[in-house]
Amino acid sequence: MELICPAGTPAALRAAVDAGADAVYCGFRDETNARNFPGLNFSRAEMAEGIAYAHARGAKVLVAINTFPRAGQLGLWQGAVDDAVAAGADALILADVGLIAYAAARHPAQRLHVSVQAAAANPDAIAFYVEAFGVKRVVLPRVLSVPEIAAITRATACETEVFVFGGLCVMAEGRCSLSSHATGQSPNMHGVCSPASHVSYRDDGNTLVSRLGDFTINKFAKGEPAAYPTLCKGRFRTGIGAGYIFEEPVSLDAVEMLPGLKKAGVTALKIEGRQRGRAYIASVVASFRAALAALEAGRPITGAGLTTMTEGQTTTVGAYRKTWR
Amino acid sequence: MELTLGPVLFNWQADDWRDFYFRIADEAPVETVVVGEVVCSKRMPFFARHLPTVAERLTAAGKEVIFGSLALVALERERRQMEELAKSEDLTVEANDVSVLRHLAGRPHAIGPFVNIYNEATAAFFASRGARRMCLPPELPAASVAAIAAGVPEVMVEVFAFGRVPLAISARCYHARLHKLTKDNCRFVCEKDPDGLAVETLDNEPFLTVNGVQTLSQTVTNLVGDIDLLRSAGIGALRLSPQCCDMVAIARLFREVIDGRREAREAEAALAEVYPGAVFANGFVHAEPGVRRVGA
Repeated sequence: MELICPAGTPAALRAAVDAGADAVYCGFRDETNARNFPGLNFSRAEMAEGIAYAHARGAKVLVAINTFPRAGQLGLWQGAVDDAVAAGADALILADVGLIAYAAARHPAQRLHVSVQAAAANPDAIAFYVEAFGVKRVVLPRVLSVPEIAAITRATACETEVFVFGGLCVMAEGRCSLSSHATGQSPNMHGVCSPASHVSYRDDGNTLVSRLGDFTINKFAKGEPAAYPTLCKGRFRTGIGAGYIFEEPVSLDAVEMLPGLKKAGVTALKIEGRQRGRAYIASVVASFRAALAALEAGRPITGAGLTTMTEGQTTTVGAYRKTWR
Repeated sequence: MELTLGPVLFNWQADDWRDFYFRIADEAPVETVVVGEVVCSKRMPFFARHLPTVAERLTAAGKEVIFGSLALVALERERRQMEELAKSEDLTVEANDVSVLRHLAGRPHAIGPFVNIYNEATAAFFASRGARRMCLPPELPAASVAAIAAGVPEVMVEVFAFGRVPLAISARCYHARLHKLTKDNCRFVCEKDPDGLAVETLDNEPFLTVNGVQTLSQTVTNLVGDIDLLRSAGIGALRLSPQCCDMVAIARLFREVIDGRREAREAEAALAEVYPGAVFANGFVHAEPGVRRVGA
């Protein structure tokens, strides 16, 4: 199985390649990619240099252009497609049907992957993209159990890629407007979720209150670690009960699922975290490289010991285990 | 400008569901009615026996009846059900997932608000495969709506104009989770909240609404004051999403404003009386946070 690693900066790209990534995914410094955070991502020149660096060391670069182009302003996104192809991208990761149609027609030889943001969660959805555009791979949404991933992979005419580590969307990706409801900024349109520009903290004496836009997302007692106020991982109140009603501030760690994912026929394993630094990249990549080596050699896979690298410092296997639902 | 009654998103008792549609057939001034379960396949069996009667009654009343597909199709059983629905050639189907569009290509169909149509290129692609109606994603601003409508003049473009707005869908059932159950043994606890379960912040700010695997706003989208804006954006229909209030009265108020028989401001006040406690919002269409109310 290939190991696909994130890079938010040229330094992170080099760290990922050096640590043994089979491929690195990254995006341009604008709204065309789903990690449109300040200080992150690649200029055109940096993209070309990064691709050259990776290719010289036998690694691939996948360029994510996976937000949904703004109506009336398609040029920004189509230009990103053209520039990524010109820079020598090994594949483009796309979510929008119109943009995939553009890329397939304009660059018929270019390898195309369907982004997780397209939420292709079953064999018919995947077949839609394969039949209409000849896509070669689909990144599966994090709503499926391992047996379901196996069934989909068997029934599908293209490769499958799944997330194994890092931030975890609780909602079906690419189909969530929670962030724009509260802040006006959405993953689909702006490439951000629960953006830092809308986050504030209030100290109420013994309680730290985290807020997003006009809403309290969480409250922490003194000494309790304060997680970032991602909207779906906050504490809320209902008539039935209060607490983490959607999900706790956990991250995905599916290292224990690697044997099952291999048996399922998955082609590639993806690590989330283009917003993370070099140290995170190097450490997570090295640890998954070791886990994959153990898997190949038939040795037991030990826990990767990466819990401290995760955002909430607690992990889950998420939907990969059916009871998560 | 036409009116469409969207599918019931909540888990209503089967007989209430049937009676609701009988009254819509008899009294509501809407051209089109979308029926069928869109949120959770586990709810389907309960009202399936009423579906043919309801469709017949609506058709006899002169409404166009469209069958909505599930928004999230993950289980093999669901995939087969949706394939069967899409291949029923005597029905008009509204696709809420790309998987259903695979089977609808080449014949007239509708696309619902759960399929990502964010621009004119995507709309044109779907139109070329037979989409004749599109209800756009609720988070789109009016400028995007206008550019899309201009790009596909042959398509009836619709926007979500009334009701708690769908914001997310998940594999996980939050109703079950709150009741310390899982989706597989959920005991259909979502039926206890026919208008959704209110979610407040820890500072008691009204925020969201849980409906099984779906999360909606707690504010109620209300675009009655934006009808002129939407008309000039090229919108052909407004979607009214059923809530636990008098939806016939809601439809009449929208109809009166569309026809110029009532001022929007006056209709807003009347809508508030029909749906007591509702906090109205229209931020998305004005490129603001969805929770906001602009121009009130």
